[in-house]
Amino acid sequence: MSLKRKILELKKKREQVLLGGGEKAIEKQVAMGKMTARDRVLAILDKDSFHEWDLFVEHDARDFDMDKKVLHGDGVIIGTGTVYGAPICVYAQDFTVAGGSLGYMHARKITKIMDHAMKLRVPIIGINDSGGARIQEGVNSLAGYGEIFFRNTQASGVIPQISVILGPCAGGAVYSPALTDFVFMVDNISKMFITGPEVIKTVLGEDISMEDLGGARVHSEITGNAHFFATSEKECFEQIKKLITFIPWNNGRKALPFPPKKPKSKFKIDSIVPGDAKQPYDIRDVVRAVVDDSDFFEIQEYWAANIVIGFGRLNGETVGFICNQPMVLAGVLDVDSSDKAARFIRYCDSFSIPIVTLVDLPGYLPGVDQEHAGVIRHGAKMLYAYSEATVPKITLIIRKAYGGGYIAMGSRHLRADFVYAWPGAEIAVMGPDGAANIIFKKEISEAEDPEKMRKLKVKEYKEKFANPYVAAAKGYIDTVIEPNETRNVLLHAIEVSKDKTVYTPNKKHGIPPF
Amino acid sequence: MEHKVSLKTLSVEGIKYRTLFTKKFENRKTWEEPDDRKIQSYIPGTIIKVYVQAGQQVKAGEDLIILEAMKMKNHISIPFDAIIKSINVIEGQSIAKDYCLLELE
Repeated sequence: MSLKRKILELKKKREQVLLGGGEKAIEKQVAMGKMTARDRVLAILDKDSFHEWDLFVEHDARDFDMDKKVLHGDGVIIGTGTVYGAPICVYAQDFTVAGGSLGYMHARKITKIMDHAMKLRVPIIGINDSGGARIQEGVNSLAGYGEIFFRNTQASGVIPQISVILGPCAGGAVYSPALTDFVFMVDNISKMFITGPEVIKTVLGEDISMEDLGGARVHSEITGNAHFFATSEKECFEQIKKLITFIPWNNGRKALPFPPKKPKSKFKIDSIVPGDAKQPYDIRDVVRAVVDDSDFFEIQEYWAANIVIGFGRLNGETVGFICNQPMVLAGVLDVDSSDKAARFIRYCDSFSIPIVTLVDLPGYLPGVDQEHAGVIRHGAKMLYAYSEATVPKITLIIRKAYGGGYIAMGSRHLRADFVYAWPGAEIAVMGPDGAANIIFKKEISEAEDPEKMRKLKVKEYKEKFANPYVAAAKGYIDTVIEPNETRNVLLHAIEVSKDKTVYTPNKKHGIPPF
Repeated sequence: MEHKVSLKTLSVEGIKYRTLFTKKFENRKTWEEPDDRKIQSYIPGTIIKVYVQAGQQVKAGEDLIILEAMKMKNHISIPFDAIIKSINVIEGQSIAKDYCLLELE
């Protein structure tokens, strides 16, 4: 056989495999409103950058007539490529091949690309679209999942791991996304659950649709499992690509800097925040008034919206923002918002991203449901994460910082490097009303007109304590700044803390309140 | 401000804040004091067997009901002596979680 013919043979083989499960299966996939696995990979990566591996892998299962079945690529596509020039490892489950079911070789391909990502120290993107374990391969499928989970855990905090759910992802399979850094979901396409509607119906008699059980909206708003919600695959891919621009390729690097840009002039920082601490505003406007090009990339926008997290740039450098949101639940801390913030702090710390905290909160959310849901344990995660983080930590108190919430929100006491306050900041053990009621209980109850006395005492307390100067006098905050000075002050803080070094006690690892 | 219409009031330590509520917060369950005279299902499932009748005197440790859930037959027994006031389920009935199965006097 001449080389020419051999090349022809290779081309023919390639063509066959590139069709995945065949034209019929592709038609079915498209009819469901979904792109094929290959198109997805090509859509995320830079043009012509995808290099596929293990194209010719075949399964070697023998039971249940599996030996007679050819599954091209064993239902998953793996390879390397780039996103805006950033090197990426990628795998995409191919639903057209045996429903994207995970067999032994399928898992081997995934773990192979994960191992490469770890060796090359580059981010990995995993596209999940699979009916679950390949039942015919029995325990080998389970072994495959276990091998993936182990690698997810080893890679955690070393390379960015991104999971994209573009189809079903059910049963044990959900734990790979759950172990990764960012989960992307698309409305009406993504489904994620441990036990599906059918099992729930037969075992428990509860009737629920897949979408209501584990659709993109559910995970974006109620469970918090998803970090990004999109209405189309195209929008989802844009989100992924944008995220890649904000994060470093691995934990030994910094995110690539962008050309610095001023915030847009329509965000006027001194006219966003109402003076009355009881009135709401959108904290994201404050962030937009501060970051380069007013470009704030929010994460988990719909879940626990009483805290806002996301990336922005200051003088071109990526910064992680954690902010109370007075617009939602008055910006209180609760079970979900503590979880959300704590995890993000750890992400930033792992990948050398400085943390900016904007504080305006009345405290913790009161209620039996919160106490019984373990707000103590969950709230502790935040204290742990802030205390443990060694990246530059910059805190700005905008308005209220009461009680335990003041301590939790990146305070000096948890080793913030820079703590600023606006002149309207109130740093106190509790709000003036509550404090006056306790301190002046006797005076108020014994007064001729208790209500008048109460008001007087509240005013007295307010004048004395509801300001930033008591904390400034103790050095708990470094300085009081005008709102207009905010961006400059933050830029300076980032600039001077580039080589920050912290010595932490030697330990294997701590025991965070998981 | 576009949100003004749906702003609600949240009270934290005596201060009333104007703010939006989340769906989760609005749907939260209000706490009720547990009533040990009401025997509730701790898991959704199907009633397989009812051993007792209304008005019956039962002794501590006696089985009242078998509730099948997750392919397991759960024996619901009573930890103290009591008299059954009423039974709210029949054999074969599917019930939700926290459904009141029977009441004691």
